[in-house]
Amino acid sequence: MFFKKLILGGLISLFFSSSLYAADCGPNGQSIRILASDFPAIHAIANSAESNCAGSASDFTRNHTTEARQIMNAAQTPNPAEYTSVIVANSTLVQLMNDGLVRPLDDLVEKYGGHLKSNQLITVDGKIMAIAFMANSQHMYYRTDILEKSGVDGVPATYDEIISAAEKIRAAGIMEHPLVMNLKVGWNVGEVFNTIYLAQGGDFFKSGSAEASINNAKGVAALETMKALVEYAHPDHLTQASDDTQGLWEAGQAAIGFMWGSRGGVILDNEGSSAEVTSNTLLASAPTVTGGSIPGATLWWDGITIATNVSDSDAEATFAALVSGMTSEMVAANNDDAIWLIDGFNPGPAAAGVSATAQGGAKSYPMYAQMGLLHNALGAELVDFLKGSESAEQALSDVEAVYETAAKDAGYL
Amino acid sequence: MKHSTFLLFSFPSLSVMFLFIAIPIVSVFIQSLHIEHKQVIIVTENCDPFGCEKTTTVDTEASAKLKEQKPLGRYNGFKTYTNRMHFAIFEIREAWKSSDSFTVFAKKLYNYPLYRALSFTLTYTFVVTPFVLFLGFLVALGVNNLPKMFKGPTIFASLLPMIVTPLVGSLILFWMVDGDGVIGATLQKIFNDNSLSLKASPVLTWIMLIVYGIWHLMPFSFIVFYAGLQTVPQETIEAATIDGASKFQRIRHVVIPHLMPLAIFITLILLMDNFRVFEPIIGFKAEAHATSISWLIWNHLRESAYPLYNAAGATSIITIFGVAILLLPVLIRTWRDFKEKNKG
Repeated sequence: MFFKKLILGGLISLFFSSSLYAADCGPNGQSIRILASDFPAIHAIANSAESNCAGSASDFTRNHTTEARQIMNAAQTPNPAEYTSVIVANSTLVQLMNDGLVRPLDDLVEKYGGHLKSNQLITVDGKIMAIAFMANSQHMYYRTDILEKSGVDGVPATYDEIISAAEKIRAAGIMEHPLVMNLKVGWNVGEVFNTIYLAQGGDFFKSGSAEASINNAKGVAALETMKALVEYAHPDHLTQASDDTQGLWEAGQAAIGFMWGSRGGVILDNEGSSAEVTSNTLLASAPTVTGGSIPGATLWWDGITIATNVSDSDAEATFAALVSGMTSEMVAANNDDAIWLIDGFNPGPAAAGVSATAQGGAKSYPMYAQMGLLHNALGAELVDFLKGSESAEQALSDVEAVYETAAKDAGYL
Repeated sequence: MKHSTFLLFSFPSLSVMFLFIAIPIVSVFIQSLHIEHKQVIIVTENCDPFGCEKTTTVDTEASAKLKEQKPLGRYNGFKTYTNRMHFAIFEIREAWKSSDSFTVFAKKLYNYPLYRALSFTLTYTFVVTPFVLFLGFLVALGVNNLPKMFKGPTIFASLLPMIVTPLVGSLILFWMVDGDGVIGATLQKIFNDNSLSLKASPVLTWIMLIVYGIWHLMPFSFIVFYAGLQTVPQETIEAATIDGASKFQRIRHVVIPHLMPLAIFITLILLMDNFRVFEPIIGFKAEAHATSISWLIWNHLRESAYPLYNAAGATSIITIFGVAILLLPVLIRTWRDFKEKNKG
């Protein structure tokens, strides 16, 4: 009897002490509910938060969905909100802030965020609104063996060099369509324009106003570059997004690609592809325009936010749980899943592209409140130009007209 | 029947129709007349891991106050209907003035989302509907003449395209027409053209969507016609046979007139369904080459950050009017038949 009690007591104290040692989970018995996108790095953060703090919370639920962007505003508007935390990226933070659905985190960071690095803190107007944990961007993937076989010297670093390399590969009869890019009508095709337009040094809006200003020489040049690239892309490019381009790459049907950094780990691992592809795939910075210095990419971060419409103690417990997972141990265990912004990250070959792109001075995805509307308009209206049924100037003026109509209806103009 | 009894009997269905059909339509219409309040925008400095930049942010407190006072938004009248997203009245007038031939004008018209969507939606409706009617009738005749033991399995197999969810059906076909898929690769072989792609050409995309639509909807007209064939009076058929009518003549003069009311019913349903074509466009990722009215509504609401309720509402109201105009000839005809019958 005595022994039983002793063992039981020992076990209980062991259980408590281990959970107390592991992390400070804030107030006990709170509800933690997380909405997040669905890729390995986000799972890693949420997993470690769950294993640290699910024991001390009254409930701990997670909803991982690639449609998070589409449901977050509707889910967070009621009081109490559906989720206590949404894991966001640049553009989705703006989307939530436009409706006032995230709270400032300054006091929580002071209490629980001693181990966070200062560049993890996303501030808007001086207030901390999100804690970033990873970076992402588009960049170039290339196949060393194919470039070598077709006589391309060195790594192409500008769009023009890429186009001439693609022409050499075609001329050598190795591939008819050596390029892959995410050009699916809608968000993806708009994003490709954004990256090249930023490489041209363009601005999306007239300074200080919500009036679009993309119908200019830089916009036309960006579109011409896009058109030249598309000549060498798979004929179905207007239907292809990340999963499709990754598939083409892993099937060995492409030699140069513009894809997301977050695909690097998946492409380089030994699943879904042949050794010939993975051993010859290298990741490099996004290209610049000839004579330019800005890589054609948008830099992204992913980070956590805390909902406005939840009780302060739920908010505190959620924040404590999520930042408790941002440790060097978590990074060590999931090193190749992301370009971590957390201490202890050891950049491997899968991180080379994003690092080079960020160091090259690429721009962040613009955080303008009305950016999403312009992005939608780009995604819808550039297609006619790419199909060849419209001039670049006409396409850009269509974009501006569509944006203007939508922005007026949404109250931005 | 007394008027009061009639009213009493129809009251439940009338009230349900009012609650679930009339009120939502009116509310959608009212929403389409309003746009969002002016957003109060402030310039802020945002810092992220890659540096700091001056951008714009919505002042949510000030914006929320406006919303609370007038939750519907700003009154905008019919401007949503006339703007570029819909009838583009102003742009069309300019285009008419500046084009010297009708083809130039049509090309300019095609640049505006509503007209572009209409052109595909109407083509789809008017090609798919007759094909489905005709082929469904043929299949029903065929199945009806089968020996009894084959009928059950054949009916089940013929219904499959309808049982398969539209999205799944279109996805399966989408993979088959891929350059690496069964159909796509075969076509490339036949035409000896490695870059032939059903997804890259507007014309082929339209054909693909229309073929898919016919495949998907044929079981519906088949099963209705098949049920109708069971009610064809055998005496009339026998009488016609004795009079020396051939098989074709029996179908032409006995079966088809008997099934005419069903054909009208199917046409009505098909016109309505086809005018609202949506899933295949998503399944085939065909937005680059073909958009429909329903796709436009979805597109207005898709971005949850900036849902354009007014535009979606306006497109919905336009859809209702479109369906009404399409159905009008069929309805007028039915009404006339009904009156003639009652005369006799």
